[in-house]
Amino acid sequence: MAKPATDALVLDMAEMELREVNSALQGASGNETAFQLVNPRGSHAVAVGLDAPIEVTVKGSTGYYCAGMNKQATVHVEGSVGPGVAENMMSGTVVIDGDASQYAGATGHGGLLVVKGNASSRCGISMKGIDIVVHGNIGHMSAFMAQKGNLVVLGNAGDALGDSLYEARLFVRGEVKSLGADCIEKEMRPEHLEILADLLDRAGADAKPEEFKRYGSARKLYNFNIDHADEY
Amino acid sequence: MCGIVGLFLKSEALRPKLGEMLTDMLITMTDRGPDSAGIAIYGDPGDGLKVTVQSDTPAEAFDGLEIALGELLGTAVPVKVSDTHAVLTIPAGSEEKAVAFLEERGLRVMGVGEAMEIYKEIGLPKDVAARFDLRAMGGSHGIGHTRMATESAVTTLGAHPFSTAADECLVHNGSLSNHNRLRRELARAGFVTKTENDTEVGAAYISSRIAGGASLGEALEGTLQDLDGFFTFVMGTKNGFGVVRDPIACKPAVMAETDDYVAFGSEYRAFADLPGIETARVWEPEPATVYFWER
Repeated sequence: MAKPATDALVLDMAEMELREVNSALQGASGNETAFQLVNPRGSHAVAVGLDAPIEVTVKGSTGYYCAGMNKQATVHVEGSVGPGVAENMMSGTVVIDGDASQYAGATGHGGLLVVKGNASSRCGISMKGIDIVVHGNIGHMSAFMAQKGNLVVLGNAGDALGDSLYEARLFVRGEVKSLGADCIEKEMRPEHLEILADLLDRAGADAKPEEFKRYGSARKLYNFNIDHADEY
Repeated sequence: MCGIVGLFLKSEALRPKLGEMLTDMLITMTDRGPDSAGIAIYGDPGDGLKVTVQSDTPAEAFDGLEIALGELLGTAVPVKVSDTHAVLTIPAGSEEKAVAFLEERGLRVMGVGEAMEIYKEIGLPKDVAARFDLRAMGGSHGIGHTRMATESAVTTLGAHPFSTAADECLVHNGSLSNHNRLRRELARAGFVTKTENDTEVGAAYISSRIAGGASLGEALEGTLQDLDGFFTFVMGTKNGFGVVRDPIACKPAVMAETDDYVAFGSEYRAFADLPGIETARVWEPEPATVYFWER
């Protein structure tokens, strides 16, 4: 979890161009490891493409694609984020104090995305190994075609959760409005409780693994089914 | 892609600043729609009806208009000219006669209402705002749009908002796919659209429902059944505004509320300068859910 560093280098987005800010973060060498971005004012593509174990705190809300393609870095947004936060994240940690808009963590390969508020539609769409923990609710079509990784939701999930799911694991504590095609509830085994306990701990989430249900792929869509030929 | 902004003031004290606040919000949405921009602004209803007209040759078109219309209606008609637009105040009940006369003179009628004035033109939002001095306008609520055209040409009449009934107007981000069939059905029912634009059909649909007795909320609810396509709509009425997104909800929307106002934006950026935004309740409107605020 990101902690606001007291000796962080402050980058004022009211004074600097977005590209300057991102260049400063992307070019961070060993000397500076903590940055504070002030006045983000809903800007797009804040703190994207980072590839070093630095800590970035964003003091306010951002727009589209915050912390996209993140590698190694820890990005903490003290506000809400627009669509596509942590899109295609490879590793590192992204923590959002507020809400996240559409397709949070889309296509992410690794790392941990924590949303302390709600995430809207298509959360974790096509996720490929990222772990996502949402303290609130998620919207419809979340984890659509999700391939790998874990999506943990403390609140409720919207319609068509896990539609056309591959091998991502979905854990929901609250209600699921409806399951998408080929997504089913599955048995919670000890190894899943262990994964959940670790993720909840790392995400600072106050919940017990036993309170969740697990959903996964029925694996019926993996292969063409000749019996259904007339339905296509 | 398009940009939408909306502002509904709860605080009387902010009313003189409505134009200023809405203009800043509108200009922030330039990236989402640099083709054209428009705004509908609602002031206090006064005596009579306000008719907003537009002409590409305002010098000739507005020359003598005050006298000619005054003679036709048998009363003085105050005319407020603002660049290519003019707002004429006519007595209640004379709308049909006045509109026929204005259209006969080649003027484009942008909207009619007790409270509503509409200003829209092609060009960058900052230029459109400057031409009409939008910043100086006060009022109780207003909606604005920055357009990146997809479904019809970049023209003044293709810009948003679209008004299809007194004091009602609609702005839209998205595209409708069943607008041609619906346009014909609405025309048969007496709701004739003026352009090839899909949004105008959406506006006419909502107006037709309201004319049939539906509330604003019911009319917006109806769009979820009867309109096919992508939409985030913001609808202005004399008393307030409403918001609805289609069930897929891929067109962005964010809202903010404080004790002083309710604000709508396609993106949070539009809110960055609003007073008290740091402590406002900010949320994303749910798909297929109608929200409205009225006074």
